Amino acid sequence: MFFDIGLDLFPLLAAVFAAVSCALLGNFLVLRRLSLMGDAISHSVLPGLVIAFLITSTRSPIAMFAGAAIAGVATVVLVEFVKRFGRVESGAAMGVVFSILFALGVLLIEQAAARHVDLDADCVLHGQLETLVWYSAPDSFGGLFTLQTLQQTPRQVKTLAITLILAIGFVTLLFKELRLAAFDSALATTLGFNATFLHYLLMIFVATATVASFEAVGSILVIAMLICPAAVARLFTDRLGSQIICSVIVALICSIGGYFSATILPSAFGIDAVNAAGAMAMMGGIVLAIAVFVSPSHGVISRVIRRRRLSGRVALDDLLAAIFRATEKGQLQPTRTELQIGFAHANLHRTIQRANHLQLVEPIGTQQVRLTESGMQAASEVVRRHRLWEHYLVEKVGLAPDHVHETAELLEHLPPRPPQGPESDPHGKVIPKGFS
Amino acid sequence: MIPQSPSKSSLPNTLEHRPEHSSQSPLSVHAMTVAYHKKPVLWDVDYDATPNKLIAIVGPNGAGKSTFIKSCLGLVPKAAGLVEFWGMPYRRARSRIGYVPQRESVDWDFPVSALDVVAMGRYRHIGWCRPVSRKHKQVALECLDLVGMKPFASRQISQLSGGQQQRVFLARALAQQADLYFMDEPFAGVDAATERAIIEVLRRLKGEGKTVIVVHHDLQSVPEYFDEVILLNMRVVAAGPVREVFTKENLHKTYGGRLTLLSEAAEAVARNEIGV
Repeated sequence: MFFDIGLDLFPLLAAVFAAVSCALLGNFLVLRRLSLMGDAISHSVLPGLVIAFLITSTRSPIAMFAGAAIAGVATVVLVEFVKRFGRVESGAAMGVVFSILFALGVLLIEQAAARHVDLDADCVLHGQLETLVWYSAPDSFGGLFTLQTLQQTPRQVKTLAITLILAIGFVTLLFKELRLAAFDSALATTLGFNATFLHYLLMIFVATATVASFEAVGSILVIAMLICPAAVARLFTDRLGSQIICSVIVALICSIGGYFSATILPSAFGIDAVNAAGAMAMMGGIVLAIAVFVSPSHGVISRVIRRRRLSGRVALDDLLAAIFRATEKGQLQPTRTELQIGFAHANLHRTIQRANHLQLVEPIGTQQVRLTESGMQAASEVVRRHRLWEHYLVEKVGLAPDHVHETAELLEHLPPRPPQGPESDPHGKVIPKGFS
Repeated sequence: MIPQSPSKSSLPNTLEHRPEHSSQSPLSVHAMTVAYHKKPVLWDVDYDATPNKLIAIVGPNGAGKSTFIKSCLGLVPKAAGLVEFWGMPYRRARSRIGYVPQRESVDWDFPVSALDVVAMGRYRHIGWCRPVSRKHKQVALECLDLVGMKPFASRQISQLSGGQQQRVFLARALAQQADLYFMDEPFAGVDAATERAIIEVLRRLKGEGKTVIVVHHDLQSVPEYFDEVILLNMRVVAAGPVREVFTKENLHKTYGGRLTLLSEAAEAVARNEIGV
């Protein structure tokens, strides 16, 4: 079956809640160039959990959260401390702090394990989504809407649901303040929105989301979801609001897509299911890789398209100008061979075809071409720009007249317009009148 | 351990009893010392700003000009001293004080529009947890218009030129609707059009009865743009009306130390040249 409520519902919910919570908070980490801080906190939360456990001897959520939140804030304070007194940049400071704290956590876990305590370093890495099986699940979705469902929801899923609500509330209510503090912390502080306070508040929320996600999805997914969705969203948006929404969508794609590609895809090929949290984090990487190619403003593909469009326009401009110049010399219908001389672009014939299609040029027989009326206008506009630029470069910039052709050849295709000038260019050629 | 000096604990934490400082002054600084890593940057600074003036802070690099502004605003901790605004501590005067940081201090790739940035100047008026309402956006738009940037309101800030970014910062300061402004090098690296726009805004603010304190680099334009000047080099060398204070002698005192050192260095280079 495609979706088994008993097997899939709770793991999927846990993954979605964790991914979306992390993505929401991750936006502000990425913007503050603190991406590594998520990494640092999710590692150093481990000793916090173990110490809280060793002190209280329970795994109650409150003790765990207190431990995690304290560890999270301690990480931030320690990073600041190392940065200031160790005289290193923040990346190095974070790296030092979290690796040492994580090591401390591992040592403490071993100590606890010696006392027959149920804490497992493995599940900290990739979580235990698979254990969230619901044995008495109803057969259909209709049977879900009962009180029983709520009672039987595993603690991890409930915790993650609360975390998600908290994260949504935090980001919505303090959107304006978080944006200000991330953009200009000095101004935020002078306006009475203490940037340091907001920074620590954000870190507490990151620590909370991290610890809530731990048991279910593990720290790999937490780190990936803190950074990947926001990084992808940055490529597609240029406003913080839309960036946050976009990051949530990416988190949904990663968690749902990752879950099914970990459970259903392998079984379709007859192989064992893989770790779902790992697959989701992988999905984040794949989405980011795709985004790098297809992003409309920064993507590789759109850049190629923009460049091709520009070179097409330049070729067209150059063709029109070449015919215009031939016309000036009395050659009203230059041949293709004549035009080929000095035409710097790869394909003269295709450019003529395009010009013909745009009704700027009409072929006479197979060899000759002539400008149409609108082609004449467009062509004289290009030549006008070229010669006005030449005039400007000689008169205002002070270049020698024999130095300006190449530069004008480039500038004539670009948006800035040359200023008005006299009736002839530095080489004595007539500057055509403008039509606009 | 250094014993705590008895005078320190008995120092009043207001300037009320100090006749040399007036509660009319938008900014009174008393015996302010600021240090970075225990090395003093500002040394026992005393200053009172005259209301409704355009005031330039000039001094050589490393003289503590930005630090002066930042420690007045509580962004950099003071080692000693008191700062009051209209006789009040910063906490209570906050909404009457505007600040334009250096342009390089923020990330201009940040995903916000020019209007978003200007609207940030309204946040104090809006308060915690409330969204930016239409009314405040309208004020922000008017402020953008005042610096000639209205057509760029919806541009992402990375698509603006340096001068345009500086004007956005200025519009944001206007949106704060403060009575006292601190501006950290607003003229640094801007084009002529922006420089004129900034000066226009400064004069407009003065016309509205406000006081503006500007960190400034170009000594030549000080008499043209400003009413008063603070000559700063780790201490206040001189402060007051440009006509009285902005003298060759005072400038030499402010920049002199460095220049002597520089000429010594130049001589050393020259000596080496001979040695070669």
